[in-house]
Amino acid sequence: MTIAWPLFTPWSALLGGLLIGLATALFVLGNGRVAGIAGIVASPLRAVLGGTGLAPERTRLLFLAGLLLAPWLWRLFAPLPAVTVDVGGLGLVAAGLLVGVGVRMGNGCTSGHGVCGLSRLSLRSLVNVLAFMGTGMATVFALRHLIG
Amino acid sequence: MMNGAFAFFSGLLFGLGLIGSGMTNPAKVKGFLDVAGAWDPSLALVMAGAIAVGAFAFAAAKRRTTSWSGERIELPSSTLIDRRLVIGGMLFGAGWGIAGFCPGPALVAMGGGLGAAWIFGVAMLAGMLVHDRWLAPR
Repeated sequence: MTIAWPLFTPWSALLGGLLIGLATALFVLGNGRVAGIAGIVASPLRAVLGGTGLAPERTRLLFLAGLLLAPWLWRLFAPLPAVTVDVGGLGLVAAGLLVGVGVRMGNGCTSGHGVCGLSRLSLRSLVNVLAFMGTGMATVFALRHLIG
Repeated sequence: MMNGAFAFFSGLLFGLGLIGSGMTNPAKVKGFLDVAGAWDPSLALVMAGAIAVGAFAFAAAKRRTTSWSGERIELPSSTLIDRRLVIGGMLFGAGWGIAGFCPGPALVAMGGGLGAAWIFGVAMLAGMLVHDRWLAPR
């Protein structure tokens, strides 16, 4: 294992992480809920398709609105950081389908199981995190070092 | 009313944290997952920073019954570790490794107007529907 020092951004990573932690704190202490983004997206989606109405989804929709508007607020003060996507359309579709199925089946993602679950010292979340971290690393290894 | 304000600012803060930490850039996420290549440990520090604050928040939440907005605090109660938890995590990890997007950063990048994030995001919503219709336990 060799650390890519030119790519490593410890201070912005830590500072951004603290902001994410504050957001999670605000959601759980303010609203009494876990800030798990997979669930926050899936719940209103089900309500729309099930025809049950969006009234009970109000807080989740407002959280999503904040998430979607964050880049707009950022752009008022600085340009958005550069982004590199190294997969094509087909790869993006396959990845999106896998993520969508996976986070529903495992009941959480990097925020719900990762940030919130590990903060709660949940063993269930730790198992899920190890599963997605391990498979994520194995997938990148296969794509970059076996096939690529 | 207050709960809506908390939710909105929480989402906004979460998004700013993802942008500031570099996690809306899939290349940076894949740089973390590429332990055999030139490894970028940044994502580990993002998690560490978030959990350092989150641990205090959840410890405080466990001692309270109502939130600031007056709603009951409801934390996940399940401790079940089963095949669905592990296989779900593995499927998610495979998709995460292919694209470098997970749900939060994908949504923020969609908000920023990134075309690739929209392709990923629409497929992700479709995947959620596929699960809920055909793969959910009955």
